[in-house]
Amino acid sequence: MNDEMRFFDEMNGDGSGRRAPYAEYGAWLDGEDTQRLQHVSKEAEAFFRRTGITFNVYGEPGATERLIPFDVVPRIIAAREWDTLVKGIEQRVRALNAFLHDIYHRQEIIRAGRIPARLIAENEAYLPEMAGFTPPGGIYTHIVGVDLVRTGPDEFFVLEDNARTPSGVSYMLENRETMLQLFPELFSRIPVRRVQKYPAMLHRGLAASAPAIASDDPVVAILTPGIHNSAYYEHSFLADQMGVELVEGHDLRVIDGRVAMRTTQGYKPIDVLYRRVDDDFLDPLTFNPKSMLGVPGIMDIYRAGGITITNAPGTGIADDKAIYSYMPEIVEFYTGEPAKLKNVETYRCGDPDSLAYVLENLSELVVKEVHGSGGYGMLVGPAASKAELEAFEAKLRARPSNYIAQPTLALSTVPILAEQGLSSRHVDLRPYVIVSPQGIDVTPGGLTRVALKEGSLVVNSSQGGGTKDTWVLED
Amino acid sequence: MLGKTAGGLYWMFRYLERTENTARLVDAGFRIALTHSSVAAEEWKSIVSTTGETASFEERHDSYTPANVVDFLLRDTTHPYSVMSMIEAARMNARLVRTALTREVWEATNECCMTLRAALADQIADRDLPRALQTIRQQSALVRGALHGTMLRNDIFNFARIGTFIERAESTARILDVKYYVLLPSVSHVGSSIDNVQWETILRSVSAATAYRQVHGSEPRARTIADFLIFDQRMPRSLAFCRARIAGNLAYIVAGYGEDAPSNAFTKEMNARMDALRIDDVFDYGLHEFLQDFIQENNVLNAKIEEDYRFSE
Repeated sequence: MNDEMRFFDEMNGDGSGRRAPYAEYGAWLDGEDTQRLQHVSKEAEAFFRRTGITFNVYGEPGATERLIPFDVVPRIIAAREWDTLVKGIEQRVRALNAFLHDIYHRQEIIRAGRIPARLIAENEAYLPEMAGFTPPGGIYTHIVGVDLVRTGPDEFFVLEDNARTPSGVSYMLENRETMLQLFPELFSRIPVRRVQKYPAMLHRGLAASAPAIASDDPVVAILTPGIHNSAYYEHSFLADQMGVELVEGHDLRVIDGRVAMRTTQGYKPIDVLYRRVDDDFLDPLTFNPKSMLGVPGIMDIYRAGGITITNAPGTGIADDKAIYSYMPEIVEFYTGEPAKLKNVETYRCGDPDSLAYVLENLSELVVKEVHGSGGYGMLVGPAASKAELEAFEAKLRARPSNYIAQPTLALSTVPILAEQGLSSRHVDLRPYVIVSPQGIDVTPGGLTRVALKEGSLVVNSSQGGGTKDTWVLED
Repeated sequence: MLGKTAGGLYWMFRYLERTENTARLVDAGFRIALTHSSVAAEEWKSIVSTTGETASFEERHDSYTPANVVDFLLRDTTHPYSVMSMIEAARMNARLVRTALTREVWEATNECCMTLRAALADQIADRDLPRALQTIRQQSALVRGALHGTMLRNDIFNFARIGTFIERAESTARILDVKYYVLLPSVSHVGSSIDNVQWETILRSVSAATAYRQVHGSEPRARTIADFLIFDQRMPRSLAFCRARIAGNLAYIVAGYGEDAPSNAFTKEMNARMDALRIDDVFDYGLHEFLQDFIQENNVLNAKIEEDYRFSE
């Protein structure tokens, strides 16, 4: 990392004293001794293990269930900061849904020349099967996780719009549960907004998106790829919390124009399916014919109004990294006002001028694959060796349009409890949004991911990142 | 409830029950080996035979040494019926049906698995065996406690219980069948004491030594032991007890669903037949034949339940 790069620390600001949101917590912290905290931190790990809050790691024989490290120092956001963020998130999510509707209908935004037609036409995430079809309530992305990073007191940027199947919300809930168990006294001392209503909100939102054919009490189910999926814990957690069935493809079958689940009392129709299975695997009759994870014929039922699939198939067109670079235009086009949340400046490497710039400044940029996720296949220029830079340069030249580049952001830091005591680490934030015909609900807080390695900017859990409880303060 | 979930619960509790039964068998074998070294090897062999895994054992080991048998039955994860394999399978099923379990039951199962992974990580020396067996018993008791203390008495609970009792019925029947010859009149004519070691194994294998004494005094008699383990409704591991519990749980499900099922009718018919029998009828028919029939019927019942409640496609 550049030595001259200065980072904004959310607890300590520029170093002149604790920032206001941390005042009360800091006062408590001053009275604590590090050893007790270390001890409590160990308890947290035991708690996670006993509860079985794990994620499965692919390609690692033996220990396939791993814990995501949890840090006991909360990340605290002031009410005013949060309320501003929420306005930006709501605007963005509204725009995402309007964009998706437009893309699968008249494509006004392309006709208006605001985004290039090839961006859609050549995009694998665009599903022709969705063209001309409007999902119940007109909503495409019901569950969104907007990844945010912060670089200063008022500087927030959107890093990614996760509009397909954002994961991690179970960690948001379990992290809070853990903090309540470990430090109950903090919550009577500091007014923190509650996140615990998320499962009920999600259930309500999903039920409200049911197709017209559903009864007053729609049947909701979660579709999981199965027990070996990396996010299986989360799937079962959410089903448990909402009191709905957790189904796999082989529990389902199309019967009499409905998608039905095999119960002990016969097949029972499902109204809303919150699927945690990718588009490609959803229906072997329509998409990947080899898929064992989906339901043959579900797309036909969906288009005939027999079921609501959340998030809608084809939603991925809104959150790939090439589309991301157009989000300011997209937000303005559909909401009629400038985007409240900033995008990170993005160079589309498919564009020759941008490519030249990116190659020239590779060691200062972050380069990502357009369809990549989880921090894989990504180059962090300032942290890369000469050999890594050269190797990446070759990849860039070979398939430039597969990449975008962004300046290395000075990600804010929050202290973690390290071996030696408190020590600052970089963080990001994923708030969770539920969109239904009844409105948009942003749960106060979200998932704070933290790079546990000193100086590292990669926060992904698959790359050794951890998580923190995220507190949004009451006024 | 999903059919898959009913199946997952049923198998989760079958595995847990079998885990406990295996630990009990090893415990009985160990005590006999300690006190009657002359019959030890034969006892270990008959214990493996009780689990039905003789072929699998002989593929892996040349002789029935205590170390071999203990390792095979407790730790060896290369076959599915060691305690460790079964507890992992129980946990896998628990993850599968996580939404049907209370947090307490899930955590107890998860903790049981983690504890046993640690307790059975290394080869178990003779002097550590009692502690290891105690850990297995304790951990499975915690799961059972959580089940009884926290679960709603609905079909979820019923399927868990049916799995438990189908497994237990099979286990008791097998224990009796492997030793049936010592209970036969030709070996010990009616009324006389049977071989001390043999009855001790039988009663210990079903944790019934104390219960038997309370009911029948300290003088063991072949026919009384068979009667006790087959027909006594007070004895929680007797065949009749297990059958009655299966019938009760199936009846709850049928009532709750408002629809009768072949498995329920089959159970009623089997139980009516068994209720009409006395121990003398069993011996007249042949104890071994009776037990074989019982095990066979138990398997048929298992298949009927799987089908009636759509455990799989």
